[in-house]
Amino acid sequence: MLAKLMGFFLLGLVRVLTGSQARWYGCPPKAEQRIYFANHQSHADLVMIWAALPEELRSITRPIAARDYWTKTPFRQWITTAVFNAIYVERQATPPAAPGDAPASAAAESSGAPPGGPEPATAPPIPPSPEALRAALPEGDPLAPLVRALESGDSIILFPEGTRGHGDDPQPFKSGLFRLAQMFPQVVLVPAWINNVQRVIPKGEVVPVPILCSVTFGAPIELAPGEERRPFLDRARRAVMALREV
Amino acid sequence: MNTFLRSLTTTQQIGALFLVVFGVLSLVTLWAFLRNLREVPDGDADAAATRKAAARRFRGLLQTSWAMATVFWVGWALGDTAATVLFALVAFFALREFITLSPTRRGDHRSLVLAFFVVLPLQFVLVGTRHFDLFTVFIPVYVFLALPVVSALANDPQRFLERSAKLQWGIMVCVYGMSHVPALLLLDFPGQEPGRGAFLVFYLVLVVQTCMVVQHLLGRRFPHLPVAPQVSQSFQWASWLAGVAVGGLVGGVLSFITPFKPGQALGMALLACVAGSLGHLVMKALKRDRGITSWGMQGQSVTGAGGLLDRVDALCFAAPVFFHSVRWYFGL
Repeated sequence: MLAKLMGFFLLGLVRVLTGSQARWYGCPPKAEQRIYFANHQSHADLVMIWAALPEELRSITRPIAARDYWTKTPFRQWITTAVFNAIYVERQATPPAAPGDAPASAAAESSGAPPGGPEPATAPPIPPSPEALRAALPEGDPLAPLVRALESGDSIILFPEGTRGHGDDPQPFKSGLFRLAQMFPQVVLVPAWINNVQRVIPKGEVVPVPILCSVTFGAPIELAPGEERRPFLDRARRAVMALREV
Repeated sequence: MNTFLRSLTTTQQIGALFLVVFGVLSLVTLWAFLRNLREVPDGDADAAATRKAAARRFRGLLQTSWAMATVFWVGWALGDTAATVLFALVAFFALREFITLSPTRRGDHRSLVLAFFVVLPLQFVLVGTRHFDLFTVFIPVYVFLALPVVSALANDPQRFLERSAKLQWGIMVCVYGMSHVPALLLLDFPGQEPGRGAFLVFYLVLVVQTCMVVQHLLGRRFPHLPVAPQVSQSFQWASWLAGVAVGGLVGGVLSFITPFKPGQALGMALLACVAGSLGHLVMKALKRDRGITSWGMQGQSVTGAGGLLDRVDALCFAAPVFFHSVRWYFGL
């Protein structure tokens, strides 16, 4: 009950402050299983994209929240679990396994690993089946909660940059998106560009300022058969950046 | 008819005014609906598309008019305080559009917070409590200094003048200009029963909108050389003069709902029309500077409707000029 009221309040607040306009360019809002991936400039991104989705999709879509930030205070934890129904991920990933350890751990670097982490260059020569990849996922892997959510049929919202960017362009994407695409080929990957949110509440400020923001959803992309990790992630990043000009 | 209207109380008269406005809107809506039903001959696709776009634009305009009239009516029915809050909300959303399209830097964050959450409410509180002397100087004198001070304290000198100027402009147009509309509502004339301010607001809005519409239609119908083609393709002296003249005449004819004599009403209406239409031109130049055609969602709105500021900018420039000249002329 309280969570519902808080949800209404937040929705109203976000609408008054930002307009929270959703612009569906490449695909309609549809209740299929999707991974929305977007640029990340502010903690408010999470609220923003949540508010931009229509009511019906909001209940089946779970945003990814960084555990260290969103569980720091009881209030933050309550709001992310009760209102947003978020999935927590560890940003401080377990140390990456040695390359060649197992096929799935070739990209064990998490979606939230610190920037500049080691980038294993070798991809497995024969791609294993999605089921095998899922089964091979170690229990402590940062992606494990995401995989569980996708297996139960929910859509998720992902920020593949891992951390908030500072420049105009998003940082290079982490490999989490690629691994999820490998593990769930049937899930539709929808790029999204969140515009202007960093102006609403810059880092270190408390009071937000009313500025119109929009979330642009683009045409879904697919992992081509045999496509390698880096080219796919760059393509995904370009798909997100292309929406800036729409 | 006239004696009957005069025998009504002010409240009844204003009620009758809304009845007329809603009646006209209903008639226009009915006409648009019937025209929609009419069979259209199969023409080429181009003409059909243009007609469709024009119909959609017209429908948007009609929807805005209905919404505005309803909002005015609700505001009036709920009393002066509600009306003031209503205009404060309009100012808030207009300023939001303005700031969205004026790039600010991180150093401006605190001044923006000050502008939205302190200056804007305070200005409308001053209006609502009828502190007219303070309210006319609050923004141009005190806020003029306060905002750049906050920005300067943020320790970011890059493009400082430009950023401060943008913020000052946004506040002057959206907050200061808009706050003069409820101020008119609360202005009491000696020798008149109080509460007739609603007529003055209606008078101002109608006169300025008539001027804008006539200017727009004449500019379309009889295209002349635009005066400043870089700024506006549609602004030309002939249609501008005609628009101002028609607006002034409408104002002169409507003098019976105002405290003015016909000659005074004509003069006041002309003044408001000149201020409103030229203010609209200035706002067009601002939009061109930002490379957009309308305020609203970064000038690329999905519905094709423009922003709120596109609709109220003429009013924002006309209201202060109108208000101050009325107060000066009548020594209020």
